[in-house]
Amino acid sequence: MENILSINNLTKKFGYLTAVKDLSFTINKGNVYGILGPNGSGKSTTLGIVLNVVNKTSGDFSWFEGQTTTHDALKKVGAIIENPNFYPYMTAYDNLKLVCKIKGVDYAKIDEKLGLVGLLDRKNSKFSNYSLGMKQRLAIASALLNDPEILILDEPTNGLDPQGIHQIRSLIKQIASEGTTILLASHLLDEVEKVCTHVVVLRKGEKLYSGRVDEMISSHGFFELKSAQQDTLISFLQSNPDFLSVKVEGDLITAFLNQPMDASIFNTLMFEKGITLSHLVKRKESLEEQFLKLTDNN
Amino acid sequence: MYRLINLELQKLLLNRASKVLIFISFILPFTVLILSSIKINFFGFFTLELGELGIFNFPIIWHITTFFASYFKLFFAIVVVSMIGNEYSNKTIKQNLIDGLSKKEFILSKFYTIVLFSLFATVLIGLATFFIGLYYSSYTEASIIFRETEFLLAYFVKLVGFFSLCLFFGMLVKRSAFALAFLFILYIFEWIIFGAATKAFTLETAWKIKNFLPLESMYNLINQPFQRVVMTKYPDNIDMAYDYGVYWYEFVIVIGWTALFIFLSYRLLKNRDL
Repeated sequence: MENILSINNLTKKFGYLTAVKDLSFTINKGNVYGILGPNGSGKSTTLGIVLNVVNKTSGDFSWFEGQTTTHDALKKVGAIIENPNFYPYMTAYDNLKLVCKIKGVDYAKIDEKLGLVGLLDRKNSKFSNYSLGMKQRLAIASALLNDPEILILDEPTNGLDPQGIHQIRSLIKQIASEGTTILLASHLLDEVEKVCTHVVVLRKGEKLYSGRVDEMISSHGFFELKSAQQDTLISFLQSNPDFLSVKVEGDLITAFLNQPMDASIFNTLMFEKGITLSHLVKRKESLEEQFLKLTDNN
Repeated sequence: MYRLINLELQKLLLNRASKVLIFISFILPFTVLILSSIKINFFGFFTLELGELGIFNFPIIWHITTFFASYFKLFFAIVVVSMIGNEYSNKTIKQNLIDGLSKKEFILSKFYTIVLFSLFATVLIGLATFFIGLYYSSYTEASIIFRETEFLLAYFVKLVGFFSLCLFFGMLVKRSAFALAFLFILYIFEWIIFGAATKAFTLETAWKIKNFLPLESMYNLINQPFQRVVMTKYPDNIDMAYDYGVYWYEFVIVIGWTALFIFLSYRLLKNRDL
């Protein structure tokens, strides 16, 4: 599989603070990647480094298997970081024209991409008159101008209203369906779960997980239990090696499995032990729960 | 190179404020020059004709026009600092780099624009001076006309040097207004060094030191022409004699500063996290 970006042992220190610690992962062509992490986990810093705006402290990264310099590689990349940054006094068209000049792209692309994001009728309005949603869409149009090999989006739905969020997401899905590799940084889990095939989870600059989204979710699951004999149940669960951990919230007991176990087998087991359950549900973690587990417990 | 200039010109010319300032910085010295060269009749009381003073004679006219025109460089200086300040306040510098402009290209596009502007301003002043001179000058032999045209070169180098200084201050403080304040501070700072050097050494040594400082070295390229004008009227007055020439070492100092400012701007950007 073609390698688009590989990051090896990347570290960034801001004074005493380590924003990115010994991070390694690779981005392959054709997948949709999510970088997940709470605020301040080093997502934007990592993207900043590979996009040539933040200097790394150590480690290295290479675009397209190191065949070109970073700034030449970036001409084949489309990226938006946090807020859309354009010249407020220029029209949308002129702003994109400037990007064309930087990337060496034909001006004919401008109308095509403005049409894609639905801004063609406003192309001669000044950027400063745009709403946030329109600015974000213009940023996506700008990132797509060069028909990039990879599209990098950092919190693309930040600050948008539900309609705007929906528009941007369907746009991302549409772009992904056309085979463009996407790297999406977000702290919104459902966003990543809905859009991404692969995920990298960061916390305090360290990589906690990287791999496919469905593999991350597929742990052995957990039971949600309620019983009148709560203490007996808890002590049984804690002594049983099949269970990883037990969490008690009020009268609800959550028991995380260490290895696969069917709900009916568990029920039989309870019956044999003389514990009667008033509530038994077997569930698998959503990405959100998995993510919170990863970022809290480590 | 064409691509980088083209890029910067789009940024400047679509911005109304900088467009007006650029226009002013070209047109104003030109207008002042033309106005001062025409005969002004003050309501029949007397006529003021600066041409009569002999200041439009070749070769002194080269000296006079370049000296006065260089004061108008402040308008473009505002454009230079704001073209850096705006990139930071709009965060477009970040987007430019993400879009695939290298940090070196970013600085070069600003520098090329500065050179282009200075070149344009020099050619304009050169042409205006040439025609006004032809009209007024008592001497019209080619050898006299083209004597002292080194003032034009001095003017060009002076502009490039000064704007490079502005570029560096712009990169350093990221805010246009502060960058202009820094220029003023530097001016005062040079005098403080001069004062300190006078105390420590002699007045002569202090001048020698000051001549190496950025603003003074740029000023030195084109010395004030007033004394010279007086000298032409009273050629016997030896006390008035001073050295107004343009020397190679004056060029070397200013070009040295220019190179340093551009290099430092690049280093600043290179080491900065945006």
